[in-house]
Amino acid sequence: MDLTSTGTTPTNDIRTPTRTSLRKRASLPRWAPAAVLAAVLGAVLVVQLLTTFNVVTLLVGTALLYIVGIYALSRTVEGRRKATDRLVTAVVTSAFGVALIPLVSVVVTVVGKGLERLDGEFFTYSMRGIVGAGGGAYHAIMGTLIVTGLAALMSVPLGMLTAIYLVEYGRGRLASAITFLVDVMTGIPSIVAGLFAYALFAVFFGPGVRMGVGGAVALAVLMTPVVVRSTEEMLKLVPNDLREAAFALGIPKWRTIVKVVLPTSLAGIATGVTLAIARVIGETAPLLVIAGTTTSMNLNPFEGRMATLPVFSYYSYVSPGVPRDPYLDRAWTAALTLILIVMVLNLGARLISTIFSPKTGR
Amino acid sequence: MAKRIDVKDLNIYYGDFLAVEDISMTIEPRSVTALIGPSGCGKSTFLRSLNRMHEVVPGGRVEGSVAVDGQDLYDRGVDPVDVRRQIGMVFQRPNPFPTMSIYDNVVAGVRLSGTRMKRSELDDVVERSLQGANLWNEVKDRLTKPGAGLSGGQQQRLCIARAIAVEPQVLLMDEPCSALDPISTLAIEDLIANLKQEYTIVIVTHNMQQAARVSDFTGFFNIAGTGKPGKLIEMDDTAKIFSTPSVKATEDYISGRFG
Repeated sequence: MDLTSTGTTPTNDIRTPTRTSLRKRASLPRWAPAAVLAAVLGAVLVVQLLTTFNVVTLLVGTALLYIVGIYALSRTVEGRRKATDRLVTAVVTSAFGVALIPLVSVVVTVVGKGLERLDGEFFTYSMRGIVGAGGGAYHAIMGTLIVTGLAALMSVPLGMLTAIYLVEYGRGRLASAITFLVDVMTGIPSIVAGLFAYALFAVFFGPGVRMGVGGAVALAVLMTPVVVRSTEEMLKLVPNDLREAAFALGIPKWRTIVKVVLPTSLAGIATGVTLAIARVIGETAPLLVIAGTTTSMNLNPFEGRMATLPVFSYYSYVSPGVPRDPYLDRAWTAALTLILIVMVLNLGARLISTIFSPKTGR
Repeated sequence: MAKRIDVKDLNIYYGDFLAVEDISMTIEPRSVTALIGPSGCGKSTFLRSLNRMHEVVPGGRVEGSVAVDGQDLYDRGVDPVDVRRQIGMVFQRPNPFPTMSIYDNVVAGVRLSGTRMKRSELDDVVERSLQGANLWNEVKDRLTKPGAGLSGGQQQRLCIARAIAVEPQVLLMDEPCSALDPISTLAIEDLIANLKQEYTIVIVTHNMQQAARVSDFTGFFNIAGTGKPGKLIEMDDTAKIFSTPSVKATEDYISGRFG
């Protein structure tokens, strides 16, 4: 600021019409977008009531007409730049709405149909000896927790150590080869992972093998690259300053990684691991191949078939007994349970993030 | 505690690029040595080569010798981790560990370098280091609060406390005041004057007045042009460098007639 000038205070100039560059421009009132939307919605609704009513065309038609209407109105009143702003805002908001449709639809359908059997029996009974109504998915819930837990036990250490190697130690050809292979692994179709696990276990236990741990291996194959990728990104976010500060104190490199780098990025890694678990917990195809299904409880992953929620849901739906309805209800409740488990995992990750994320103490 | 550093015919490289050429100097114990010179002339690179932090950068290597009380730091069999335990460093930007409390930040070097200590001994280290860094009175009631919650100047003094907690022989400072306001700068300069009683201090600074105020010896670095290696032009008593330097370039730089 020029301290020597003794000119007039500039505060009122904005409203002075003599300064053309800061002239107050015409603008639509705050309620204008809402009014346009209401008008368009009403018009489309009236037209539809006179002809045929359809929710999809109602929403799509309203959105398209609103975009055109708000642009035209704004163009005439406010000018080109504001109009473009309103156009883009409308398009982006509509896109968000479109993206939200499948999510809302899935949640509404699963909750609506799954609530039917969301009772104590569902969580405490297996399907052993059950024909028709009653029974539950206790065995499948335990199976899913065991298989996914084992998969996490295998892939989280493996993935995290790989990521640590890539970020902290990896130089040259080996590191880029590993990065490339991780990228390739990310794209493996889940059925291929299942067949891989089956082939691996068939070598040791003969053809026709079915084991919970085989499912865990298949899921670990799918999960590891996701863990590597997310951990890698989080480790890269740790500022190099912190590593140098630790080195300059005479702290060995491995301790720097364990005590400084990992705690700093722990919150992000926890989120990444949770997302990786959520990614594989709903896998059906590989478990169908290697873990199979059963109606009774099996808590031993190294012995015999093991039911899991996705497979339970799948079989209940494709080959229901007679009568059909109890089977379909159980399938929907199993799907709802799966969503609930993923939600609990996400909440857990949030909790870990808030507990471990760096604080400023203000 | 304090030790003397003899640098002889030191060439510092990044890969094939020669960054600093042919440095020979002696850094006296219990004194402050300031390194001045234009940006990019290799002061920081040279400073980092004094505790082998230069090697942390991929491709970083040196030729020549840096001897602390006769022992060459770059000898085969000398562990860089031991070197850095003896020769501490304070960086340009304050960088306390964000996941640690003030207390844990100070004892990080002691604890994580594998030394086992009783709680009471650690308490002593914390109090001594924070008092040494002139921060004790400001933080003694909130030692368990995160170090990242302090102001910039306090954070930098926390980093100094962290560096002196491991009781190094030598303290290297890479523009420690460049991110700080004049009041924090003054606090740190007072601190340097106190630390001089016990430590050998080497400080890189862009602030000529600061070099004149705090240092006993001053080295002037310069660079012939982009892509050329940096060189030590002149090194002498600070008083002499700032009054009657023997090289014309030094005088030009100090008096602001540079370039």
